[in-house]
Amino acid sequence: MNLPVRKTYKLYLGGEFVRSESGRYDPLADAKGAFFANVSRGSRKDIRDAVRKAREAQPGWASKTAYLRGQILYRMAEMLESRQEDFIALLRATKKTTPAAARAEVRASIDRLVHYAGWADKYQALLSTVNPVAAPYFNFSAPEPTGVVGLVAPETPELLGLVSHLAPAIVSGNTVVALLSQAHPIPGLELGEILATSDLPAGVVNLVSGHKDELVPQLARHMDVNALALAGLPAELEIAALQDAAVNVKRSRRYAVADYTAAEAQGLDWIRPTLEIKTTWHPIGW
Amino acid sequence: MSTTLDPSSSPSKFATERPVLEFGSAWEYAPSPESTDHVRIDKRYGLFINGQFVAPKSKKWFETVNPATEETLAEVAEAGEADVDAAVLAAETAYRKVWSKMKPAERGKYIYRIARLLQERAREFAILETLDGGKPIKESRDVDVPLAAAHFFYYAGWADKLEYAFPGKSAAPIGVCGQIIPWNFPLLMAAWKIAPALACGNTVVLKPAETTPLTAMHLAKILQEADLPPGVVNIVPGAGETGAHIVNHPRVRKIAFTGSTDVGKLIQRATAASGKRLTLELGGKAANIVFEDAALDQAVEGIINGIYFNQGHVCCAGSRLLVEESVADTLLQKLAHRIETLRVGNPLDKNTDVGAINSKQQLDKIRELVACGVEEGAELHQSACPLPKKGYFFPPTWFTGVAQSHRIAREEIFGPVLAVMTFRTPDEALEKANNLAYGLSAGVWTDKGAKIFALTRRLRAGVVWANTFNKFDPTSPFGGYKESGFGREGGAHGLEAYLEMVG
Repeated sequence: MNLPVRKTYKLYLGGEFVRSESGRYDPLADAKGAFFANVSRGSRKDIRDAVRKAREAQPGWASKTAYLRGQILYRMAEMLESRQEDFIALLRATKKTTPAAARAEVRASIDRLVHYAGWADKYQALLSTVNPVAAPYFNFSAPEPTGVVGLVAPETPELLGLVSHLAPAIVSGNTVVALLSQAHPIPGLELGEILATSDLPAGVVNLVSGHKDELVPQLARHMDVNALALAGLPAELEIAALQDAAVNVKRSRRYAVADYTAAEAQGLDWIRPTLEIKTTWHPIGW
Repeated sequence: MSTTLDPSSSPSKFATERPVLEFGSAWEYAPSPESTDHVRIDKRYGLFINGQFVAPKSKKWFETVNPATEETLAEVAEAGEADVDAAVLAAETAYRKVWSKMKPAERGKYIYRIARLLQERAREFAILETLDGGKPIKESRDVDVPLAAAHFFYYAGWADKLEYAFPGKSAAPIGVCGQIIPWNFPLLMAAWKIAPALACGNTVVLKPAETTPLTAMHLAKILQEADLPPGVVNIVPGAGETGAHIVNHPRVRKIAFTGSTDVGKLIQRATAASGKRLTLELGGKAANIVFEDAALDQAVEGIINGIYFNQGHVCCAGSRLLVEESVADTLLQKLAHRIETLRVGNPLDKNTDVGAINSKQQLDKIRELVACGVEEGAELHQSACPLPKKGYFFPPTWFTGVAQSHRIAREEIFGPVLAVMTFRTPDEALEKANNLAYGLSAGVWTDKGAKIFALTRRLRAGVVWANTFNKFDPTSPFGGYKESGFGREGGAHGLEAYLEMVG
């Protein structure tokens, strides 16, 4: 007899795999209804810790060269590629799906990472301007990351949805606190292992599983979160979050994406909402 | 007011340690007031709805006052809920039937007309702006009005070129835009709001501020002269309540607000569930950072312009001076002398540097915060300039010994009050500059190019001036980070706020 070694699924905070500080958990059933794992149920304190880690990591991540950020996103694709069978197995184990659908979701997730890896050093050229002001000044406007992004990932597709919102936020130098699919958090938590082995600095992405009605308001009201991306939230929770976001003028956007594999589910417009445009002036003369 | 705040007190100790600059004190000052003869102010201004001036259904009128004389200039209609409703209806009808169907090039030609008419009547508008708002005529004449005309001229040209601005996308107008503007740059803010909205094919309901409605009402006359189709722009003066009616109106598709962060947050909350598009240009507390290797005399001019331009009623004002410790004494002496030369008084006088505070209410707020600065232990310095007996005036003021935690270092005073702090390293300067919820603008003064970019990249602000300050241009995007708002006005980036991207 050779007893399988089960994995403990933990949160991913500041580059570490940790249990919820609250000690709470949710037992999760597999696709057939049998016990699969006890998943950490993140607390409001975990959200606060995650934001702190994300804030600490943000300036360093933003100061990396665009080339390096692109390579790290590409490295994430490489890691996911080499572990794709694990992810396909996880998707199949934790929800009712077909082998083809599970494979398609993982393949699309890999492609999405490659897509954004290529954006790292290109969106700036497309969103920048040199402005012909009517006076002797050199004046230009260029994008910068907005800071810490609070991401509420869609319930499903739990892996592709997460990757689709995560990659365009971090590619420009933002850091992220992501609240995972409540019903299917396991593939998202597993993604932490990809992030941890891709040279992505600790704290750039923080993954929290838990109950959305408890944690979304905490994220939306947090004074040190600069932007919110809300995907597939129930209307009541979504509206409350958008209202709460006003507490510190968060840039907030809601997403209702019918098909995350569609061409519209990626691209420059996904990067833009977590950017700020900075305009710089300098006199010309001697 | 306590005696320590008395503007007639002696000049700052920094000013007395060196011989005072001679600025013609040997001669008696001869005022040089701009003539107001050819400016006709109506007794009453109705609401501008559907191309006509109409009496308000609210039956309410309010007085607009010259803050330099406290004299009433005119009565202006206050728009109530039914009036806002009528304005939105007019805007929606004009949008559906006329403006969204018009060929973009023709739309552009109307906007060009507005620019030209504004240029033709520039002096009249400058005088009106100064009478109604209290800003020095040299600023309304050389900054506000020319920039307003330039803004219309700039966006007029975008009307038939929108497809070039967003390659791969098809850009469509949004519909009726509700626009709420402040009292510090009344005409210029109206131009910032109206020009891009019209160029992109939207129609407008604009609310000017309750203390400065006159140039907007005269702009309405220009819109008539330009034959702009009725309803494309509607102007509904009023205070916060009128603004709330616009924000909450179900047929308004987009809100653009310039004003305080507190009100901005209320608007963001109020529009959260509505699906309305929103851009916010809110408060600021800019750090103006001076390094020891800066050209100090130029920096002094930049500091003066940064905080005393428009009496400090500027959201992007350089209201915090961060000076490198090694040159702090030298710089502050120069600054003290320069401040003593500022002429405070009749805004219509062409030599006036600092005009009237916009309203009694604002003057009270400035006094309160300055008193708080003294209470919290900062050292007060004020120009010894004489102030007019009538009107709302406040002398150029600056504080030394300011701590990061003082209210005068954290809150937007929106007056001619500078908080001076020092630093020793670039990192300290950055930490202090960024350690606020605001992030609208910032300034850096140094002769080292590499240092400029190291600083400007790490300053969390939407507009960064290096070796200059308070410069504006229609081609140059303006807007904030963090709690200073979101969205940009000006430049190609300014189009985004007024378009719906399709495909």
